[in-house]
Amino acid sequence: MQFESFSDFIAMGGYGFYVWLSFGSCLAIILGLLFVSLYEGKRLKEEVKMQMSREERIKKAKEAEAQA
Amino acid sequence: MWKWLHPYAKAERAYQLCNTLLPYFAVVSVLSIVVGWIWGLAYAPADYQQKDSYRIIFIHVPSAILSMGAYSSMAIAAIVALVWQLRNAELAVIAIAPVGAAMTAIALITGAAWGKPMWGAWWVWDARLTSELILLFLYLGVLSLYHAFEDKKAGGRAACILAIVGVVNLPIIHFSVEWWNTLHQGATITKFDTSAIDPSMLWPLLINILGFAALVGAMSLVRLKNEIMQADKHRPWVRQLVSRG
Repeated sequence: MQFESFSDFIAMGGYGFYVWLSFGSCLAIILGLLFVSLYEGKRLKEEVKMQMSREERIKKAKEAEAQA
Repeated sequence: MWKWLHPYAKAERAYQLCNTLLPYFAVVSVLSIVVGWIWGLAYAPADYQQKDSYRIIFIHVPSAILSMGAYSSMAIAAIVALVWQLRNAELAVIAIAPVGAAMTAIALITGAAWGKPMWGAWWVWDARLTSELILLFLYLGVLSLYHAFEDKKAGGRAACILAIVGVVNLPIIHFSVEWWNTLHQGATITKFDTSAIDPSMLWPLLINILGFAALVGAMSLVRLKNEIMQADKHRPWVRQLVSRG
């Protein structure tokens, strides 16, 4: 361990702002892109599901119409 | 000889391959980045000249290397897509581009945050910095070109051509510190004869590079899965996959 205390670690020998700005923005960009990508996958699956249930409903309505 | 590769031209097989590979990439990237960051931030010794500010190297160098590595992979996928007319390769181009753009943005931002305390300026129009900025524009250009066409086939072809032409920027970035008199320092770890970095700093750096490489792989796989599913969303295999849960 290179630092005496936690506050020393945060201070980074006076360069804390620049070091944590770098690591923070890096983490934010990575997590942001990851979240967007995972959400997009979830949304796509829901879209396909909705389309399937819609087609199912149309099919049932047509069957009901044919019987009537 | 290459026959084993042929089934992967099918979207479903490619999707399954992504699913198989994803956990390995994810585990390697999370483990290496956690270890690499803790090692780099807390246990690596401070630099004799730059003190603790040099710790930015542990994300600046990996993201810069991977910004170029991701571009090379994207360009290879673009060549494959144009030559063999494989739609999966075209989707890979579009899947990799945002990940590469993110790496380029990280390299630029961390570079600025390192430049301010060391050079006294957030940004200078130095050859290395400028060529890296052009790399970001190339990524964004590939993405916007793809989405600018109503016809996805035409858009894909245009994006692939731009991706291949943009490769000319990679050697410019790499050799910029030799060809021009730059403020940016020269190569550190690629000078194999006399490495300019001490092992106590080199090891956490290499671990971070491995972690970022695996991260680029994992995020590209997640995005490629989305692209394949988006392109095939009316096909039976996607419907089966979705209804299975």
